[in-house]
This record gives sequence, C-alpha cells and structure tokens, in this order.
Amino acid sequence: MSENQLYTRVSEFLSLEADLLDHKAYDEWLALWEKSGLYIVPVEHDVTDFANHLNVAYDDDEMRQLRIARLSNGEAVSTVGAENTVRTLSRIRILEASDELVTVRCAYCLYENNKNGVRAFPANVEFILKPTEDSFLIQQKVARVMKSNEHLTTVSYLF
Amino acid sequence: MTKTTSIPVKSITSAADMVMEDRVHKSLYSDPEIFEEELDKVFNHTWVWLAHESEIPDSGSYKTAKIGRQPVIVVRDRKGNIHVLQNRCRHRGATVCEKKHGKTKAFTCPYHGWGYGLDGSLRALPKPEEYENILDKAEFGLNSLRFETYQGMIFATLDDSIESLDSFLGGAKKWMDLFMKQSGGYPVQVLGDHRFRFPGNWKIQLENTTDAYHFPIVHKSFISSIDDQTAEVFDFLDGDGFVEDLGNGHSVMVMIPDLVDLEANLDDPIPERFQPLADELAKEGKSEAEIKRLVRAVGGSGFNLNLFPNVSCSMAFFRNLVPISVDETEIHHVAIGGKGAPAAFNQKRMRLHEHFQGPMGFGTPDDGEAWERVQHGSKAGTDGWIMVNRGMSRLSTSEDGNVKGAVCSETGMRAAYQQYKKMMAAEEKE
Repeated sequence: MSENQLYTRVSEFLSLEADLLDHKAYDEWLALWEKSGLYIVPVEHDVTDFANHLNVAYDDDEMRQLRIARLSNGEAVSTVGAENTVRTLSRIRILEASDELVTVRCAYCLYENNKNGVRAFPANVEFILKPTEDSFLIQQKVARVMKSNEHLTTVSYLF
Repeated sequence: MTKTTSIPVKSITSAADMVMEDRVHKSLYSDPEIFEEELDKVFNHTWVWLAHESEIPDSGSYKTAKIGRQPVIVVRDRKGNIHVLQNRCRHRGATVCEKKHGKTKAFTCPYHGWGYGLDGSLRALPKPEEYENILDKAEFGLNSLRFETYQGMIFATLDDSIESLDSFLGGAKKWMDLFMKQSGGYPVQVLGDHRFRFPGNWKIQLENTTDAYHFPIVHKSFISSIDDQTAEVFDFLDGDGFVEDLGNGHSVMVMIPDLVDLEANLDDPIPERFQPLADELAKEGKSEAEIKRLVRAVGGSGFNLNLFPNVSCSMAFFRNLVPISVDETEIHHVAIGGKGAPAAFNQKRMRLHEHFQGPMGFGTPDDGEAWERVQHGSKAGTDGWIMVNRGMSRLSTSEDGNVKGAVCSETGMRAAYQQYKKMMAAEEKE
C-alpha cells in the first residue's frame, strides 16, 4: 500500500470513529476495537506508563462496555440531558506504520451542547491501529485533553 | 416543630441568621457578599487542608494550593522540614510558582528575578547595589504560615491565634487513624488527583460528602456497573450505618460498618471482585497474611469523614474543595495507595478511583449535575430554604457521647452548618 493510500484509509477510519460517537452508534463503535485495546484519557500529558498512573479514564474492554451502557441506559442524570456533540479532527499525521500496527496522531476537538452553552474540549489524540483486511481495529486510543492536567468540567461523553 | 415555609426572609439580617437548626437559606449559595465574608470569617480563621506529606516526599518537593483564594506553596526544604509559604514575591507581588507540584532547588520570581530558598528566605536578587542600606534580605523572605499536621495531612492557617490543629480535629482524629489503615500496611501515598470545577457554591459539595440519601438515586448508573455482591455492599441505606457529629463542624458518615477497621476481620472471605487481585498477589509470591491485608484494604474504608471546611477522607480518597467564586468551586479527588505496596494493589486502587471519581467517572458527573441543579434552583423565588432536617427526630448518643443519626440523616450537614454559623457570627476580624 502506498503512503497516500494508507493516509486515506487512516483518515477515513478516524472520521468513522468520530462520526459513530457523534451519532451515538455505540455498538458499531465498540466493534471498532481490538478486545485487548485500551481507551485512555490521561491526567498528565507526558505520561506513557498509563497503568501505573491515575488517569481520567482507563477503559479496557469491560469498562468500555460499561461506559457505553452508562451513556445509553438513561440511568445517569448527567447523560440524560446530554445533547448532541460535534467532533472535528484534523492535522492527521502517521507517526509509524508497519504491517502490524499504525500509530497516528491528530488534532481533535469535541464540542458539546450543554445547558450552559457550547463547550469545546480540544485534544491531541493518538491512535494505535491494527490493520485488518479492509480496515483497522483500535489497539489504543489516548486522548490528551487540554486542561486535563489542570481542571476539567465533568464530561458526559467519550473523547 | 417549625413549619418549612413559615420563616419570613425579612427577619434575616446576616449570613449567620440564615443558618437555623433544621434549614439554611439559599442565599448562602448565591450572594457574592456572603461569599466574600466567608473567605474572611471561615477560610482565614480556621485550619485549611493543603496537602498530604507524601505529596512532597523529598527535599525540594512542593505542591501549590490555596487557603480560600490565597495561593500558597507547601514545600520540603533541604533538611526535610515542611514550610507553608505565601506564594507572593515580596518585591512586586508576583507568584513565584504556578505549577501544581514539582521539585526545585529554589523559587525564583519571574518578574525581576528575586530568588528564594526552599525555606522561603530571600537568597539573592539582581543588581543588589540599588538596595544598599534600604533592604534587609532577612526581612523579605516569602511569608511563612502556621501549619500543623496529623496523620500526614498538612493543614495551615492564616490565624496565629486559633486553637491547635490537634484540638480542632478533636473527635475526628480517631476516624483519621482508621482511615489511614487503607494502604495495606504500607505508608499512605498520594497516587495522583482528579481536578474539576462545577458551577455551584462550595457548601453544596461540603454537604454532599455527608449525604448518603442521594447515593441510590444519583448513582444508579454506577450501581448498575458493579457486580451484584458489591452492589449489595453499597446498598447501605437500610443497614446499620450512622452519622455522628464530631464537633467543630466535623462529622463521620459510616455507610459500611464492616469496613470501618480495615485491619480487623482479615479472615473474611475475599470479595469476588478482588479475587483476581488476590490471585495476582499470590502469583507474585506474597504471603497469605499479606494478601488478606491488601485485599481487605484495597476498596477503602466504609465511611466518609468530613473535616470542616475543605477536605474529607472519603472512603478511598481525599476530597478537597477550593472555593473559586460564589457560584464556582474546584474539587480535587486525591487518589491514595501504599508507598512501596505491590504495583497490582496500587493499580487496582487507581482503577477503582477512575471508575467512580473524576470528570469522567461513573459517579462524579452525576454528583456534579445534581449540585449544578441545586445552584440553578437556588435562583427560584425569594423565600427559599434548603432543608437539612432529615433524621432530627430520631437522634441518639454515640458511644463517644456525640449526637448520632441514621446513615441517611442530615446530621453531618447540620454539624457543618452550625460551625459555619458560629464562625460567620463572629465579629469582624482582621
């Protein structure tokens, strides 16, 4: 596969991932994941040893499923009022690519319509993707959200 | 018994008057003048929690914090002594440190380069000749504040005349001793913290730490996310828990009596959810006794200890509130574990913390939503009272001689508000 073809496929995949979250297609979103994959929102942006640090979110397969249930089942008062979101992504850069794994970093912004107004959560997001026959599975997604190392507001969404 | 709507708001002349035995007025959440008065009369004249000693482990380790809105630095000097310093250069007043925490050899003001030692003393300044005979460096160190510690928790005060920390904590010390048993036989170690802000008054959060009543309602989605055995443990409203007024605004809310003393009942069966941890520790060759101790401690204590005005030892973490404005509060959920404890133990503690706490936890965002609604609702009407009378007719006396109510009583809130009333009623202080 040429560099351009890889870039196009990666870009399409990243757009798909964001689109599924914006449109609350959570089952399809869960299907994008490698079972051993980790979804991480670290507190400190320079951390790489996530397991041995406190994170804002550190979701393995089980926690991802529980989080999706929480976002969907109407039991959580903070998610019931959560309206639509818009995720934009750009500045996509492939950092490393092999037949087994592709590491890609992008600029990412989640806009949420909260009762207090529209809030923006800009982030640097890094994916480690595992190529499949016609797409990818997510091995790791790390969202380094601006201000996570200072103070956030509460968040009713996935980054 | 007083009827809920019979007290005319016109009879109220001060914030202290807005606190009655069974209710408080909603203006306490929204009046900016009262907020300013609180910073002076409460935060400037009591013991305010700033840090745990494990957050500044080495010479040069520091943490920045606030007493009310005043920035301070908690730092350990070369000899290992702790100092609490006002974060304000003595020249033109800039803060000398803006990082949350770190390690340094000195604090240098970024404005004109005045350099301070770890003990706050003024060591050097650029072009000193212009100060010849007009500035004595010994008099221009960073202002050092009175502080005292208990169980590794560092409290400071701006008021040199108040009682000792030991006396202020009083009946709460017994519960702090119990709380510190949760690091599995290792020294308590701060592992990191979650920080977030919510658009509401600080006292809404102060109340919440001693509010068991909300748990099954607000945290339904959390309860759905845990296994049945754990959900049963958290189903504590009908259990033998209680709330005790510990004096000086402090209170303890025992939700799970079986988990009050984590060094007792070590032979209890291992809960299902901690079996994988026990297996992992066994694989690492830990003794049966150590495994039992660690597994018993890993989930934290069965109580929330509310220490007036700004910190609680809440089940498995420190909950620190920082007032920002009358309608904004910053909360720090400080995760703790054991220094030198097996990595699997501390990892499990952090994963449990992430599950409930913080901006993306399964608990905190729902608490935040409820607190925000209280702030919003406080704008309705003029004659609005916040009721804290739950359980008042069924009080008893604890074995320590304290007022005691049921686990879902509002005994702890009343304790905090009576201390608040006492402080707010004080004459204007410097």
